[in-house]
Amino acid sequence: MPAPIRLRELIRTIRTARTQAEEREMIQKECAAIRSSFREEDNTYRCRNVAKLLYMHMLGYPAHFGQLECLKLIASQKFTDKRIGYLGAMLLLDERQDVHLLMTNCIKNDLNHSTQYVQGLALCTLGCMGSSEMCRDLAGEVEKLLKTSNSYLRKKAALCAVHVIRKVPELMEMFLPATKNLLSEKNHGVLHTSVVLLTEMCERSPDMLSHFRKLVPQLVRILKNLIMSGYSPEHDVSGISDPFLQVRILRLLRILGKGDDDSSEAMNDILAQVATNTETSKNVGNAILYETVLTIMDIKSESGLRVLAINILGRFLLNNDKNIRYVALTSLLKTVQTDHNAVQRHRSTIVDCLKDLDVSIKRRAMELSFALVNGNNIRGMMKELLYFLDSCDPDFKADCASGIFLAAEKYAPSKRWHIDTIMRVLTTAGSYVRDDSVPNLIQLITNSVQMHAYTVQRLYKALLDDISQQPLVQVASWCIGEYGDLLVSGQCEEEEPIQVSEDEVLDVLEGLLVSNLSTPVTRGYSLTAIMKLSTRFTCVPKRMSRIKKVVSIYGSSIDVELQQRAVEYNALFKKYDHMRPALLERMPIMEKTGTNGPAEIVQTNGETESTILDTKHLPNITQPASQANDLLDLLGGNDVVPVIQTTVPTKPASAGGELLDLLGDLSLTGGPTPTPAPSVPMSQPPFLLDGLTSQPLFNDIAAVIPPMTAYNKNGLKIEFTFERSNPNPNIAVITIHATNSTEADMTEFVFQAAVPKTFQLQLLSPSSNVVPALNQGSVTQVIRVLNPQKVRCYCEPRPHSASYRSRSSEISPFILKHLQ
Amino acid sequence: MTMHFLLLFSRQGKLRLQKWFLPLPERERKKIVKDMTTMVLSRKPRTCNFLHWKDLKIVYKRYASLYFCCALENKDNELLALEILHRYVELLDKYFGNVCELDIIFNFEKAYFILDEFLMGGEIQETSKQSIAKSVEASDMLQETMEEYMSKPAF
Repeated sequence: MPAPIRLRELIRTIRTARTQAEEREMIQKECAAIRSSFREEDNTYRCRNVAKLLYMHMLGYPAHFGQLECLKLIASQKFTDKRIGYLGAMLLLDERQDVHLLMTNCIKNDLNHSTQYVQGLALCTLGCMGSSEMCRDLAGEVEKLLKTSNSYLRKKAALCAVHVIRKVPELMEMFLPATKNLLSEKNHGVLHTSVVLLTEMCERSPDMLSHFRKLVPQLVRILKNLIMSGYSPEHDVSGISDPFLQVRILRLLRILGKGDDDSSEAMNDILAQVATNTETSKNVGNAILYETVLTIMDIKSESGLRVLAINILGRFLLNNDKNIRYVALTSLLKTVQTDHNAVQRHRSTIVDCLKDLDVSIKRRAMELSFALVNGNNIRGMMKELLYFLDSCDPDFKADCASGIFLAAEKYAPSKRWHIDTIMRVLTTAGSYVRDDSVPNLIQLITNSVQMHAYTVQRLYKALLDDISQQPLVQVASWCIGEYGDLLVSGQCEEEEPIQVSEDEVLDVLEGLLVSNLSTPVTRGYSLTAIMKLSTRFTCVPKRMSRIKKVVSIYGSSIDVELQQRAVEYNALFKKYDHMRPALLERMPIMEKTGTNGPAEIVQTNGETESTILDTKHLPNITQPASQANDLLDLLGGNDVVPVIQTTVPTKPASAGGELLDLLGDLSLTGGPTPTPAPSVPMSQPPFLLDGLTSQPLFNDIAAVIPPMTAYNKNGLKIEFTFERSNPNPNIAVITIHATNSTEADMTEFVFQAAVPKTFQLQLLSPSSNVVPALNQGSVTQVIRVLNPQKVRCYCEPRPHSASYRSRSSEISPFILKHLQ
Repeated sequence: MTMHFLLLFSRQGKLRLQKWFLPLPERERKKIVKDMTTMVLSRKPRTCNFLHWKDLKIVYKRYASLYFCCALENKDNELLALEILHRYVELLDKYFGNVCELDIIFNFEKAYFILDEFLMGGEIQETSKQSIAKSVEASDMLQETMEEYMSKPAF
C-alpha cells in the first residue's frame, strides 16, 4: 500500500479543481483511501490522514469517521500525533458525542505529562470544550496546576478553571485557595488569566465578590504600574503597556466597585488618571478609555468623574473613526437614563449623527435622540427627526414614526403643533406607520375638540393629493365621517377655510371605496364614513338616495366585513331610520387607558409591564379587609389578622396550628362552629376563604411552601408536603404522608378533601388503605390542586371525629398559601 | 472578553479557520458560518466594524483577502476585540513572515496552534507576543525532534 499523500499535496490537488463536482470527486476518493487506512489501523500515517480529514472538514465535507482516530492520536506518545489529535478533537467532537468522554483519561494522563507543552495541549482542549462530566473529573488536576510555579502552565490552568466554573459552578469553591497569590505574579499572562478567573468567580457568586473586594488596592496598584511604567517592548501596543490587561483590570474593578462605596472611592483616582492620561490617537487607547467610561458609570463614582466620562463619550462622538462614534452612541444610550443632563449637552452632536452614512450609527443616533427629547427641546428635535424620517431607509421609518408619535404625545407644546406633526408623519411615511397608530391617532384627534375643523380640513387636503398611504387614508376617512359638517361649513379658524361641497366629499369617499390602492380595512372606514355623513350633511333627498345606493351596492360585496357593514347600514335605513341619527352621532371623548401605543424604543418595556400588573391588583386588595373582619368575628378574635398582613411565610403555618387547636377545642366542646358548613356533605365548601389575590409581598416568598404537619391526633399523623407542578405552576401538588403510632393498624383509611368551587381537585390513588401500626410504614397519596384565581384559603377540619377504627374524612386543616 | 467563536473566511466566502468556544452541533455551526459570511461580506465599505446578530456583537476586520470575524457577548468591549484580532494577525505575521492567505490555507493547523497559544475558552491567555512565539517555536521543535527520529516527514 503506497504511503498516503501528504497534506499539502492534497490541498494543492483540491485547489486545482475547477468545479464543485470535481472537488467533490477528489475528496470522495481521498476519503475512501483514508477510511481504508483507518481500518487497517495504520499508526504511522494516522496523523497525516486525520490532518487531511480536518482540511476536508473545513471545506464542508463530513468527517465523523475520523472521531475515534483523533482519540487514538491523543493516546499516542508522539507529540505530533497529540497535537493533531487534540486539534481534531476540538474540531470534530463536542459534548454531544459520547465518544468525547473517552478523552477524559487521556487528558488526565497528559495533564501530568513531563513535557509542559503536552500538558498545555491537554489544558487547552479541556478549557475549550470540556463537558461538565469531564470538568468534574479533572477539576482536581486543574486545581493542582493552578498552584504550580510554571507560569506557562499556570496561566492555562487559570483559564481552564474558568471553563470548569462555567460548566460546573458548584466547583468554584475548590479553586478559592489557589487564587490567594495569583495577583502577586509578575508574568503578565498569569496576571491576565488570574484577573479573568477572579472576574468569573465574582460574577457568579456574591460571596466571592465580597471576599475579593479586598483586592481592590492591589488591582489599583497593578494598573498604576502599567500606566506609569516606561516602555516595555514585550507588552507594548502603540505606546500603551499591555492594554489587554488594563481593560481586564478595569472590568474587574467595575464589578468590585458596583454598589460599594469604599471600593468605588478607592478606585476614583486611578480611573481619573487613566481617563486623562491615555493616548487617544489610536484605537487601542480608545478601547481603554471606553472600558474606563463603562466602569465609571457603573460604580458609585463622584459626579465630577461621571461628567468626565460623559465628556469622553462626547469627544468620541466627534472622532473620525466610525467605530468609536458607534461605541459612543451605544454607551450614551445606556447612560441617558441616569445622567440625562450630562448627555443633553451633547445633543447637537448626536443629532448630527442622524446624517451619518453608516446604518448602525444612524440607528443608534435615532434611539438616543428619542431618549433625549424633552419639553424644552421638542420643537427643535422634532424638526430634525422629521427631516430624518423623510430621508431615512425604509427599515427605520416604522420605528422613527412610532418614536415621533410617542414624543409628540408626551411633549407637544400645543394641540395644533401635535396635529401638524402627525399630519407630517402620515404624509411622509404614511405607509410605514404601525397599524396600532391609527386608533391612537383617532383617539387623539377626538380629544382635541377645538382642532376638529382644522384637522379634518388638513386631512381632506392630504387625501386629495394622495390616497395610497393607508394609515393616512384611514384616519382621514374617519375624520371626514365624524366632522364632515365642519368641513363643508368652512369653520376652520386656524387656517384659510377651503370651499368644498358635500357632494365633493362624497365623491372622494366613494373614490376610496373603488380604488385599487385601498385595502379592505380602508374600505371599511370609508363606508362607515359615508354612512355617518348621512346624518352630518343636510338631508337632501338626492344625497340620501346616493348614500343609500352606495351602501346597498356593497351589501353584496365579496369582502365579508364590508358586506356585513353594508347590510347593517341598509337595515338601518330601511327599518330603523328613526334610530339612525342617534346611532351615528358624534363620538364622545375617549378615555385614555394608558400608553397602549407602540412600545418605547428605549428599553423600559419591563417596567411598563409591571405597572400594568400592579394596577390590576390594586382594586382587589380593598376586599380582604372586610373579609378579614368577618374572619375575626367568626373566630371570636383569634390572631388571624397578623397572618393576612405578615410577610413571613412561617407565621401562617403556626397560625394554622393555632387554628387547628382552636377548632379542635371547639369541636370537642361542641360550641358554635365557626365553619359555615360543619356537618354539611362534601359539596359545601368547608373552607373559609379570604379573597386575597396575589399580594406583591408574597410574590417572592410563595415559591416554596414548607412541609407541615396537618393533623396529629390519637396516634394518626398526617403530613403535607408541597410542590409546584412543573408545567403548570398554578397546580400545587400536595403529597400526604399518613403514619400511625398506635399499636393497631388502621384499616380502611380513606382521605377525602373538599375544595371551594373555584378550585379543582384531583385525588390520586393512595398507596394503601392500611396505615401500619407503630410507624412501620406510611400511606402516601398525591393531591393535585388547581387554584386558578390564586386565592388564599384556609381549611378547617370537620369538627366531628369519626370512630377510631374507621377514621375517615378527616379534612386536616391546612393553609394553601398564595400560589403563584 | 468572552468570545463565542472566531472565523476566518475569504472574500468568496470560503472558510479558512473556525474556532468555536461554545459547544454547538455541526448543523448549527454550518448555519452560523453561512450567516456570518453573508452578513459580513454584504457590508458596504467604510461602515463600522460592528454588527448585531441575535444577542451577540459581531466584530469583523478585513486583512487583505481575509475577513477575521468574531462574536462577543453584549457586555464585552468591541474596540478591544479589534485589538485582539489585530494581535492574532501580528502573531501569524511573525510566524510565517509576511503572512498571506495562502500561508493559512496550506498551514491551517499551524494557524490553530498559534491561536491556541493566544486564546483559550474565548479569553486571552497571553499578552506578550514574544512569549507566544517562543512557545509555538518550542512546540514545533518538539515535533520535529520526534519526527527526525522517525525519519519520516510528519504530514
